[in-house]
Amino acid sequence: MTDTPQSMIEARHTVKAFGQGDHIVRALDDVSLTIRKGEFFTLLGPSGCGKTTLLRLIAGFEMPTAGQILLDGADITDLPPNQRPVNTVFQSYALFPHLTVAQNVGFGLEMQGRPKAEVAKTTAEMLALVKLEAMANRKTSQLSGGQQQRVALARALAPKPKVLLLDEPLSALDLKLRKEMQVELKRLQQETGITFVFVTHDQEEALTMSDRIGVMSAGKLQQVGSPRDIYTRPVNRFVASFIGETNFLPASPVQGGLKLGCGAVIDGLTATKPSVTLTIRPEQIRITAPDEAGSIPATVTSLVYFGTDTHCHMALSDGAEVVVRVQSPASGEAGVTGGQKVGLRLLQGAAQVLED
Amino acid sequence: MAERNFSIARLPGFTPTAIMVFVALYLPIVMLVAFSFNSGKSVADFEGFTLQWFVKAWQNDHVKDATLRSLLIAVVAGIIATAVATAAALGTTRRKQFKGQTFIYVVINQPLMVPEIVTAVALLIFFAQIKVLTGYQGLGYLITAHAAFCIPFAYLPIRARLEGMDLTLEAAAADLYASPWQTFRFVTLPLLLPGMIAGFMLAFVTSLDDVVITLFVKSAGQDTLPTYMLGQIRRQITTEVYAISTVLLGLTVVLLTAFFVLTRKKD
Repeated sequence: MTDTPQSMIEARHTVKAFGQGDHIVRALDDVSLTIRKGEFFTLLGPSGCGKTTLLRLIAGFEMPTAGQILLDGADITDLPPNQRPVNTVFQSYALFPHLTVAQNVGFGLEMQGRPKAEVAKTTAEMLALVKLEAMANRKTSQLSGGQQQRVALARALAPKPKVLLLDEPLSALDLKLRKEMQVELKRLQQETGITFVFVTHDQEEALTMSDRIGVMSAGKLQQVGSPRDIYTRPVNRFVASFIGETNFLPASPVQGGLKLGCGAVIDGLTATKPSVTLTIRPEQIRITAPDEAGSIPATVTSLVYFGTDTHCHMALSDGAEVVVRVQSPASGEAGVTGGQKVGLRLLQGAAQVLED
Repeated sequence: MAERNFSIARLPGFTPTAIMVFVALYLPIVMLVAFSFNSGKSVADFEGFTLQWFVKAWQNDHVKDATLRSLLIAVVAGIIATAVATAAALGTTRRKQFKGQTFIYVVINQPLMVPEIVTAVALLIFFAQIKVLTGYQGLGYLITAHAAFCIPFAYLPIRARLEGMDLTLEAAAADLYASPWQTFRFVTLPLLLPGMIAGFMLAFVTSLDDVVITLFVKSAGQDTLPTYMLGQIRRQITTEVYAISTVLLGLTVVLLTAFFVLTRKKD
């Protein structure tokens, strides 16, 4: 029994193949996933990874080639989209151009055959929720991008769906508006308590908004976990490099730890394979004096100033490159210069072993 | 001044050529309209202004009869052609690209490509068989024939309208609990309506204007306005025909203006 009362959406061994004959592409390749009630779940991955396909399967716009989809314990695999208590915020918003803002927001309720008074009341509530009361009788083409986005949100939330699907809804907005909408979305999710499934390729968006993240690549689910889990304990090279910046260093197991190519041994790590990769985040490394005990000797090759911090590119004795992020002090100086010999010290738990 | 972008409008002879083209296009029409107000019967001299030819045409029962028949055929055939063209346009655009799509377009637009006289002869033979089999002699043949060759004219603006319409809109309606019928009724149809009206108007004008197919298909006593006018001109040139042409021209200008307003892109 995988069907706990907590689960809102469950995908079981879902496969979606497109094309025919020799040109079959598996957009989703045996994906199994549970999304919990009331959580903000993000599907994160590069374009073409299958995240939007999975969303379309949940919405009912596509039928899976194999596998099952359950909503709140009921099998909805074969239900058409209009019979699923799931609403979508589309990337293009897909607002109805011939209707006013209020008519757009009330559309789902009208189609459900709710009484006129209830439609009017809920529409007004939803417009208040997204702060567009003043725009109720405008045509959608008279609104700005951010306002259209809010109408799309209100329209999808009005029928009080069990799940709200969001297909890269912020990608068309400029940076400042995007940040505002991120906060807004999080607020709406907490106020309504509706399960949100959010699709994005933006790892920062995923980290800041989500309760849990599912990282996808090449039609497969790579890792599911909290933003912290995914960032600090990636399970493979793809997840480690897609989320945040990182250093990859080859290593091999020796007595008591893992040995890097430069000869330094990192204590306390084990591996089952003769050669593995270590991932170390640039902010988890400290620069020390070159002769400090236990430090890894390195040479500064170049510095890149980013404002809040400086990326110091280092070469280890075997030539391997390591990036160290140094937070900028008031002077903006990183405290090292090109060509300088230094030592590197890894913070506790900074190095994660990847066996792929 | 030395560096200027290429502009065809600055090539030598552009302006005289343009003027000649416009003269060739519009001078005959201007003369027709002018002579429809000519009080004399001559086509050479303008003898004075009169509305008598319009009055005469209006009082002529043959003209009235042919006009009503033309309008009936054009309206019914236009409605049938628009309905069929809408279905065809929905079927060819509201879905992913499919194999044989170009072939389907060619099949739908067949009347634009096959010479009209060929269609006319073919229909003559085809309808003759049906007349023998059923004994039916009514306007149905003309209406059917007109509806058929009007389909591509109705199809083009409807298809253009649909192609400019985001497919996601229908997905959004379905997502918001609209059944396929409700999606069509509340989203596709209202957005499509300007295209359908434009399509109907093109079909209407095309039907109103047809001579070749009508001549072959019509039974005795089924003259439409164009075939009646042709018959008149064959016997003798009557100024009445100019007046009818002027009225038809006016009607066409009104319809075409409405067509452009309806199909104009917003923003």
